[in-house]
Amino acid sequence: MKARVYVMLKNGVLDPQGEAVRHALGSLGFDGVEGVRQGKVIELDLADGTTEATVEQMCEKLLANTVIESYRIEVL
Amino acid sequence: MRAAVVVFPGSNCDRDMAVALKAAGADVSMVWHKDATLPDNIDLIAVPGGFSFGDYLRCGAIAAQSPISKAVVAHANRGGYVLGVCNGFQVLTETGLLPGALMRNSNLKFICKSVDLKVETLNSAFTAGYSAGDVVSYPVAHHDGNYSIDAEGLKQIEAEDRVAFRYVENPNGSVADIAGVLSENRRVLGMMPHPERAVDQGHGGTDGQALFRGLLDQMASA
Repeated sequence: MKARVYVMLKNGVLDPQGEAVRHALGSLGFDGVEGVRQGKVIELDLADGTTEATVEQMCEKLLANTVIESYRIEVL
Repeated sequence: MRAAVVVFPGSNCDRDMAVALKAAGADVSMVWHKDATLPDNIDLIAVPGGFSFGDYLRCGAIAAQSPISKAVVAHANRGGYVLGVCNGFQVLTETGLLPGALMRNSNLKFICKSVDLKVETLNSAFTAGYSAGDVVSYPVAHHDGNYSIDAEGLKQIEAEDRVAFRYVENPNGSVADIAGVLSENRRVLGMMPHPERAVDQGHGGTDGQALFRGLLDQMASA
């Protein structure tokens, strides 16, 4: 089985990289980009039977820093 | 004082840290990230700067899960002293020994220069060697030194006088100009600037000596 983990900065945490991307899109002429938030996608190849709860522990312990980041798990 | 300096793959300030501690009179041993135990009777563990594990995933995240980091956490939980500088600060926040997190600099640039810092509290073994109101100059060299903490956490560390150093001119966007922060028991210090790179005239300044000497004096009198 596979799982995909999306890690994003929490709402309210300033994302300087997203801001830089937003500026760059503006200078390319793409008007109306009001906000950009940049995150990470992590794909996991897992042994069959691995539970979503285990993936959640992986996120809590390592994949996300929950001080500043939130995560979402998608089991594929 | 017996000190141990942790070495991760990618650490690059480990030897500078050892030299600074030895110059202040400490007995220093180096410990490798795969070691699960520390030498006996260690008073202080220093977690040095660098780019442990290539800064993969997040700065300090992989290092924080290494066997030696578990020993560092156990040492801190026993009331032992821990100093984390630069990447070491990032590692300590990732272990949860210190609050907050270090994010990408607000200007997105790697910053490498000397900065002035205000010593904010003398109430710790790390800062007892300074005088009230001291402004010191230490080098910074980081890409991810933008200290972030939620409003509640900030209120708590300010109320508990746990901000050890503040930037005079904030180089990286850190909340409340915070450059260094103490644990609740005041025995764990994490800071982005490098005191160990300011201990010799050849470094261009010796403001860092007071931190190491102060630490040794505190240990001697304890």
